[in-house]
Formats: sequence, structure tokens, C-alpha cells
Amino acid sequence: MNQLVALGTASFPDAVRKLNPQHLFRSPVMFVVWVGAVLSTVLAVLHPSVFAISVAVWLWLTVLFAGLAEAVAEGRGKAQADTLRRTRTTTTARRLLADGAVEQVAGADLRLDDRVVVEAGELIPGDGDVVEGMATVDESAITGESAPVVREAGGDRCAVTGGTTVLSDRIVVRITARPGETFIDRMIALVEGAARQKTPNEIALGVLLTVLTIIFLLAVATIPPFAGFTGDGPSVIVLVALLVCLIPTTIGALLSAIGIAGMDRLVQRNVLAMSGRAVEAAGDVSTLLLDKTGTITLGNRQASEIVPVGGAHATDVNRLAFLSSLADETPEGRSIVEWTRTQLGEYVVTPEGSTSVPFTAHTRMSGVDLADGTQVRKGAASAVRRWVADSGGTPSADLTEVVDGISAAGGTPLVVAVRDADGAGRTVGVIHLKDVVKPGMVERFAELRRMGIRTVMITGDNPLTAKAIAAEAGVDDYLAEATPEDKMRLIREEQSGGRLVAMTGDGTNDAPALAQADVGVAMNTGTSAAKEAGNMVDLDSDPTKLIDIVAIGKQLLITRGALTTFSIANDLAKYFAIIPAMFVGLYPGLDSLNVMRLGSPESAMLSAVIFNALIIVALIPLALRGVRYRPLRADQMLARNLLIYGAGGVVAPFIGIKLIDLLVSLLPGL
Amino acid sequence: MGTTLSGLLTIATVVLVLAVAHVPLGDAMARVFTGERHLRVESAVYRLCGVSPSSEQRWSTYALSVAGFSAVSIVGLFALIRFQGSLPLARGAAMDTDTAVNTAVSFATNTNWQSYVGEVGASPVVQTLGLAVQNFVSAAVGLAIAVALIRGLTRNASTTLGNFWVDLTRSVVRILLPLAAIGAIVLLAGGVVQDLTAPEVVHGLSGVDQTVQSGLIASQEAIKELGTNGGGYLNANSAHPLENPNAVTNLVQVVLMLVIPFSLPRTYGVLVGDRRQGQAVLAFMATLWVAMLAVITWAETAAATGPLGAMEGKEVRFGVWGSTLFAHTTTATSTGAVNSLHESYSPLGGGGVLFNMMLGEVSPGGVGAGLYGALVVAILAVFVAGLMVGRTPEIVGKTVGRREITLVALVTVTTPALVLLGTGAALALGTARAGLLGTGPHGLTEMLYAFTSASNNNGSAFAGLTADQPYLNLTLAACMLLGRFVPILLILALAGSLAAQRRRPATDGAMPTHTPLFAGLMVGVAVLVTGLTFLPVLALGPLAEALS
Repeated sequence: MNQLVALGTASFPDAVRKLNPQHLFRSPVMFVVWVGAVLSTVLAVLHPSVFAISVAVWLWLTVLFAGLAEAVAEGRGKAQADTLRRTRTTTTARRLLADGAVEQVAGADLRLDDRVVVEAGELIPGDGDVVEGMATVDESAITGESAPVVREAGGDRCAVTGGTTVLSDRIVVRITARPGETFIDRMIALVEGAARQKTPNEIALGVLLTVLTIIFLLAVATIPPFAGFTGDGPSVIVLVALLVCLIPTTIGALLSAIGIAGMDRLVQRNVLAMSGRAVEAAGDVSTLLLDKTGTITLGNRQASEIVPVGGAHATDVNRLAFLSSLADETPEGRSIVEWTRTQLGEYVVTPEGSTSVPFTAHTRMSGVDLADGTQVRKGAASAVRRWVADSGGTPSADLTEVVDGISAAGGTPLVVAVRDADGAGRTVGVIHLKDVVKPGMVERFAELRRMGIRTVMITGDNPLTAKAIAAEAGVDDYLAEATPEDKMRLIREEQSGGRLVAMTGDGTNDAPALAQADVGVAMNTGTSAAKEAGNMVDLDSDPTKLIDIVAIGKQLLITRGALTTFSIANDLAKYFAIIPAMFVGLYPGLDSLNVMRLGSPESAMLSAVIFNALIIVALIPLALRGVRYRPLRADQMLARNLLIYGAGGVVAPFIGIKLIDLLVSLLPGL
Repeated sequence: MGTTLSGLLTIATVVLVLAVAHVPLGDAMARVFTGERHLRVESAVYRLCGVSPSSEQRWSTYALSVAGFSAVSIVGLFALIRFQGSLPLARGAAMDTDTAVNTAVSFATNTNWQSYVGEVGASPVVQTLGLAVQNFVSAAVGLAIAVALIRGLTRNASTTLGNFWVDLTRSVVRILLPLAAIGAIVLLAGGVVQDLTAPEVVHGLSGVDQTVQSGLIASQEAIKELGTNGGGYLNANSAHPLENPNAVTNLVQVVLMLVIPFSLPRTYGVLVGDRRQGQAVLAFMATLWVAMLAVITWAETAAATGPLGAMEGKEVRFGVWGSTLFAHTTTATSTGAVNSLHESYSPLGGGGVLFNMMLGEVSPGGVGAGLYGALVVAILAVFVAGLMVGRTPEIVGKTVGRREITLVALVTVTTPALVLLGTGAALALGTARAGLLGTGPHGLTEMLYAFTSASNNNGSAFAGLTADQPYLNLTLAACMLLGRFVPILLILALAGSLAAQRRRPATDGAMPTHTPLFAGLMVGVAVLVTGLTFLPVLALGPLAEALS
């Protein structure tokens, strides 16, 4: 809150600048208030009275507060833009010529497809792809993440961003963006709000607000002939006050601030939306395509059980599995060691004099040879089977059944076998490796389902494995053995059924699907093709964030809807304040409509005007923060928000206007 | 039996009949507009008019057909009225040019505002071949527009909305004619007259001679109510014993006014493939109907404390309850027939019937017009509150975007603009003011009522205003014309824009539009928008009168 007050104070000069009517043409509602303020000022000068002057002052404050809301929202982005701009200092680039020579040019003179050399300690002069070499790059200027990342030629990690620093080695970069159109340039424009265009829903809402303004203009403009039929009509300044109170000034003043703040919330989470349209589309998404690995499951498979075969004792099998994996540094191997250790307790120690047998592509097994000549192996079923057979043994009879069972459940079976120094080999058990669903994902998918969003898991696994993981994670559907073409087809299918699709991607072959999806979030680690194709970039490269993006999109829409409802619901109380006050001179009986028992007609009207202005300031924090969003079913959400912003919007001004009236009544001369 | 009990029983009977009838009638109407086959008589009509019943129309062509048909209707009716003197059975009936313009527009727009006197303005030929025909076809136009809007909501990525000529013909042949025939027989049995004998002169009790005219009244009466038209054969309309002899015919007329408007939500539900959608719209209409009936009846019974009670302007045949039930229904359905003098109602009762019309005729509104009006309210409600569930607002799978909300907002602003500007201009003008009987708030209400009635295509008169003068005849005709066809044009454009969209599947994430909460939201939006628009003028009219 203190921060907000500081920001508000800092933004004050900007707010004053926004009193310029040229700026207000974009918002017809606020333009009407501006005209009303000018009119009432003129009238207050011609016929000065405490009432007229107060109304004029508060109308100007209304316009000012609207400007303040926008200025504060923009102010938050400005600070960020300044930080970014500092990275965009003039750089010199070393351009590679056709003959292999290098020339020094200014970064601003680089053209598309120029090749530049960048070495350790130098700034990369522009966006591009690494075409030669490999380097570690510090991207903290953009992502805020201090750990360096590896960028190398070829593959999906070749994209580099201008303004980032090469920490080691030497790379050759092919420039893919013109100067002034680089990623950082776009980021600055985005966070500053310069590139902000009104979103479709915002435009539609603007139309409704304009038409409402026209209706109220008619209702107020026709009062003089109606009242004039029996007596003296209300004065112009009273009509202006009524009009300003009725037109939806609250939402009209806060509409653009809500939009700017919505984009800003994404930026806070390190997501850059290339258009506001994409943010809104995120709220509308009804199908999420999620990559299995890294998003739904932890990257690696882990041991989940060990099934003894051939009558072996469980403890023996666990011990052998433990031994066979001791030297295995892969995540799968680590997980076996961990799992068996918890099963066995403390008594297993690393035997002395043993030799580890590393995994090779040829043997497809790894294991250990103990000092007493015992050999322990684990590996793919077919490889271990052959090893046992070669040593003169026979794989136990129930092995096939167990292996097939694990495969059918979507797991990966690893067979453990042992061969004593003089004997034949025998199989003793099967390790069940499975994909582990990230903690909390099941709940999140259930949440998404309640919000009416279908989740589809994309994986290169075979259908059997995919099905098992899909069931465990609780996604609605899966696409197994997925190729980029399959993904594309799936998106088109969903879209032809009228659904909006969101997905994440990083590879060049994801680009077409990213472009086709309604919300395509490219990972910052991805290729520039992917970043071009998507309409958002996640600087943290965290595919799980897609779910947050959906929530932010929804929150943006809800905030707009809630404040619109609140704004319109407010009018009821304002009518009850102003109508009796306005006509009580003509028809004293109308005083019984003065349910708030406001002091005098003038204080009633002034209180409504003051409330109308102050409510804008009161709601600025809400507009910037967004209304609290909880994933609920639409009907629950509607009931809840209608109660808070609809019913609340009816009640709040009755209380507010009454309280203001108690103060205003103390004004001398009113 | 006490009047309260009999009154409540009458209302209960109406509700019961409607509850039973709306299901089969709603289903039948859905079949009418989806059937592939053409009846022989329909095919003959298509051949005669040279239209191809199988060709589908884009919204613009559909709108052009409506405009063309209505233009021909107005010109034809105007000519018939002006030349009625040269036709049989004229009996000296005649209208001035401006009155004829007003009447022609009035009947072709389903308003049936009558600035002429039935007995002397229109001959039986005009009544039967002109006015009664318009009673059928103007109601059929309303049905066609409603169906076109439903098609806009149900069709998937379509450029067309059906065929206006087919919708029009089927509405008349399969819905209005059979029901009107049944209604006419029932009314005939109840004592409504149907003959072509010359007017009779009778000696009144007060010793003054009276000329009592009869005519083909029962047949016209049925469609007058069924098509929510309301133009009486006789000047006294349904207060006249020959049009509405007793409490039973009164009840039948109330049912006839309500039966199609209250069945159309069912048709909507069936056609969009989700009956609950229809039930929500029905609940919206029924809530408003019951609430306003309670307000008006309460106001009138509460006013009945003086020596005359509240019986000034009411028929003893119907009593307070039978009068308020009729007055409320006629204003809530855009019918505009009257069986009592609305001017004589207490300020709140009169304000109540006025408010019914100001709601935009959606409770349940006119034939067809009520449904499309209610759907406009639904779209408005979806848009305002729908954002609060965090999705682009949508109704039955169709997104409400910029174009849709623009059209809906323009529909919403049209009639209030006509009412406020029309009334304001008329009050500022001496010639129109001279026609007012009342002064002060009551005089304001008289003028306001006339423009509200015309702009909302209701047609009932508050009385007290001498409306048969060139200025009012022409401005009210303009209000009727614009109040009818501007919304129709916008709604067809809306239907076209909705039809072009792909229909999104229903998910939990979309705002449900079939719940009681949504029906309540629709009521809130309708009341709030109407209240906010008209509160100043209502405060200066009925409210000022009531509170002074």
C-alpha cells in the first residue's frame, strides 16, 4: 500500500498531463466528464456559489483520478523499461565478411543474416541463432536468472538474445532481427504500454459503456422539458452532476488501468505477451496441450517397486539391485539406490574390492563384479536374458509374465540377474521404473477440469506407457508417439470444435503448432523460430507456467466484469440521492424517496458527486492487483462475484453517500 | 366468494392453463420451423408469390424481405383505408390522411394504436380484409424474426438464417390460423358477436339514443389477443360487452394473449437442444409477469378505499382483479387491448402498466418480439456478468464480441431514445400539449404513455390525450415504425453474426445460462436498465402523483 501511495505521488504529474482532452477522446465516458467539468466551471464562474464551485472542483478531480489510475498502472512498467533500456547501450559488433575477414560495425548497422563473432566477455549485438561454436551465456539482463545457460550451434538451443553477455568460448551468430525490432526493444515497448492495443473484450466493453452513456445523456437531457411541463426545471449544473453520476465513470476511469496491470502481472512472472489479445485468449482457453516430460512428470523415471522372480527372497533381490546400481550415476540408477536403501535399512554397505561394470550401448547392462567373483547385472530384459543364457542358466519361468505386466502398466522393467563365481546365471527380480508425476499436478488438473479446461498430455512414449501416466496424472486425454504433425492435427481438431488451445513449445519443429495455437507460449531457451511463432515468451522456460497464464487471463476478464457490474449497480443509490433532491422543489412529496435522509438537496447532490470521484481512487488498488481469483466452476464464480460486486455495488454507495453527506452538510453556505 | 379469492382463482386458472399448454405448443412450434415438408396450401402460396421455399437467405436478404413485405403491407393497408368509401359496406366510415398513415403503420407493426374510432373509422371490409389480415401477418413477422435469431444461435459457421417467406407462411398457416380458429369458436360460445347486420339504434336508460354496431367481431377478437395485436373492432375495445361480454371471455382473452409468448421459450429450448435454456428465459418472463401483476393489483385494490373504490374506469363485469389482470397482461404482452381505462388507475397502478411497456415488452412480450427481446436481455446479462467468470462472454456456445454487443446495445437504446425524445418534443410543443386532458404529473404521464406505447409497439392508450391530430399521428407513427423495424434490422444482423460463428461446446468454464441465478440476473438487468433510463421521468409523472 505504501508503495502504491509512493507510486501514486510519483505519477501525479503524468495524471495532470492526462487532463488534456486529446487524450480523453479514447474514453468517451471520461470525455463526457471532462465536458461536464468545463461546463460547470464556466457556470461556477458566472454564478458563484459554494455548491457550484464544489461540483466543478469534484468533477475536475474525477477526471484527474481517472488519469491517475492510468498513470500509476503505466508507472510500474516504466521502471522496468528503464532497467531494460540500460542493457541496450550502443554495442560494436564484429561482422564476418564473406572472405572470412572481420570488420567492426556499430550494432545498429547490422542487417538480417549478417554473421558476427562474439567472444567471452562481449555483449551479443543482436538477436540471432548460433551457427558455429558453443558458449555459456549470461542472460540475467532479460530473465533475471543469474545462472549462465549454454548456447550451441544446431538443435533447439541455438537462439541468443541481443544484450546478453557471452561468458566463455567463442560463437558465430547469424542475426535474425533488425535493429530496433529486437526482443529487448519489443520488451521495452510492451512493459511501457506503448505497444498496448485494446483487446477485443475491452473494445466490446467500451462500446457498451458508450451506449450506456448515450442512454443516460438522453435521460438527463429530456428532464428540462419534462420538469418544465409543471414548473421550473433543475439548473444546468445539477443536470451535469446527475449525468456524471449516472454514466459509468468508475469502470470508464479504470478500464485502461486494468488492461495495463494485466499485462504487467504477466511481466512480473517473467512472461512476455506479444499482444493483449493473447492474454485474453488465455482466459478463454478450453484445451491445454502439455508436454509430458518436465511439465507433468519429473524429467526422469524412478524405481517404484522390485518384483522378485524365480522364488528369490525380496531382501536378496533388493540387495542385488542396490549393488548393481551403486556405480550407476544416471538418475534412474540413483533412484534405485535410494529406493532399495529405504527398503533395506542401514545394514547394506558398499562391499570392498568390487569392480563396477558401466553401461555400454553394446551390452545394454550395468552392474558390479564383487571380490568373490559374483557378478551382478541389471538391464533391459532381452539383454539380461541373453547374459543368463550365455552363462548356461535359464531365465526363471515367471520372468516374462512380470516383465510384460510392468510394461502393460506403462512402466519400464529392468531385470536383475546374478551369477556366482562358479555357477550359471539366474534372474532374481525385476525393477519397476516409472515416470513420476510431479507433486501437486493431480490437484491442478482437477482444478482445471472444474474450470472447464481439458488437458491433453503430449508424449513421445508408446500408447501403453502414455495411457498409464495419463491416468495417474489425471489428464483428460493424451497423444502418444506424438510427432509435430500429430500435434498440429490435434490443435486443428480442437479448434474446429470451437475450442481455444494453449500450448508450450521450444523446438523449431514446434513453431507451426505454436503459431496455430490460440495461446502459444515459447520457452526462452527455445529457438528463435519458436519464439517468433508463439504469442508469448516465458523467460523462465517453465512449461508449468501455462496454467498460471490461464489464471492471469481469467483474472483480467473478471476484474473488468466485476468493476463494470459494480459501476452500474452504484447508479441505483445515486438516483436515490439525486432524484428527490432535484425535484423536491417541484413536488415536496418526492422527499419520501430520500431514503438516506440526506441533509439538503445541495449536500445530497454534492455527496453523490464526491462519492463518484472517490470510488475511483478507492478502486485503483483493486484494478491494479486484479480481483482475487480462485479456480471455481463458472456458476460458483458467478454467484460469488455477483454477490460481492453486484449486491455490494448496490449497497456500498448508500453507505458511502450517507457518510459523505454527514461531512458535506457541515460546509458553510450549502 | 370474496373478490380476492375469485381473483386469485382466476389468476391460478390462467397460470394452470399456460403451464399445461406451453409444453405441447412450444414443441409444436419448434417442429413448424424445422420441418422439411411443405403443406399443399403453403406450396401454392410460394408458387403464387414466386418464391423458392428451399432457398436459404443471408441475414441481409432476410431483412430485405421483411422490409419489403412490411412496406407493401403499410402501403396496401393505407390504400384500402383511403378507398374504403368506394368499397361495399362502407357505411360512411372514413379517416384523414394522417390518421390513415398512423393506422396503416400501427397495424403493420403489430402495435395497433388506434387514433381512429373503430365504429366510424373502419368499415367491415377494412376491419376484416385489412386490419385482421395485418393482425395475422404482423404477428407472423415477429415469430419469423424470433426464429431467425434462434437459428443464429444454433447454426454452426453458417451464412444463412432460413427463408423469411417460409417462416412467415408457416407461422400464419400452421400456428396462428388454427389457434385463432379455436379461440374464435370459444369466444363465440362465450357470447362475442359475429354478424354483418346494420347498426342498431337503442334507447338508453338515460333517454339518449345510442347506435350499437356489430360486425365480424369474434374472429377478429381471437387474433387480436392471440397475435398480441390489441386493435379493437369497437372503440371501447375489450371493455365493450360485444367484444368481451363476461368474466369467462375475459379470462379466455388473457390466456390467448399469453399463450404464444409464454410457449416460445420452450421452442427456443428445444431448438438450441437444451430445454433448460428455455426454462431460464421462461422463468425470467414469468417472474416479471407475476411481480408486476402483484404490484398493479395491490395498487388498485389498495386504492379502493373511497366511496367509489377503484372502480372509476373499470367494468363491473370484471371488477378490480379482472381489470388489473387484463391491464397488466395487455401491457406486458405488447397487445394493447384494454378492458378498463388505464388513465383512471391509481398513480402506481398506472405507473405499473407503463413500466411493463418500458421494460421493452419482454414479460413475456409480443408474439416473437417478446422472445427476441428477452434474448437481447440475456445477451446483455451474459456480457455484463459473463466477464466475471473469466471468459469471453458466450451464450449457448456463441461468443458475444464487439459486433454482437454493439448490435445488442443499439437495440437497447432504440426504444428509450424514441420514448424520451418523442415525449420531450411533444411536451415542448404547444399543438401536442393542447391535446392533453390532465395537467401536472398526470398530464406528463398521458403523453409519456402514448410515446411509450407506440415506441414499444404496445398500442394501448392511457386515454386523456387527444391523439388524433396530425402532429401526434405522424410522430407516433414514426415511433411505431422505428420502434419496430430498427430493432428487427439490428437483431437480424445479430443473428447473421452469431450464425457465422462456430458453436463452442458447453464446458464448466462457460457461464451457465440455464440456472435460476441467470434468470434472476436477467430480471436484474432488465429492471436496472429500464429503471435507470426512466426513473427521472417516472419520478416526475406517476411517482410525483402518487406521493403528492
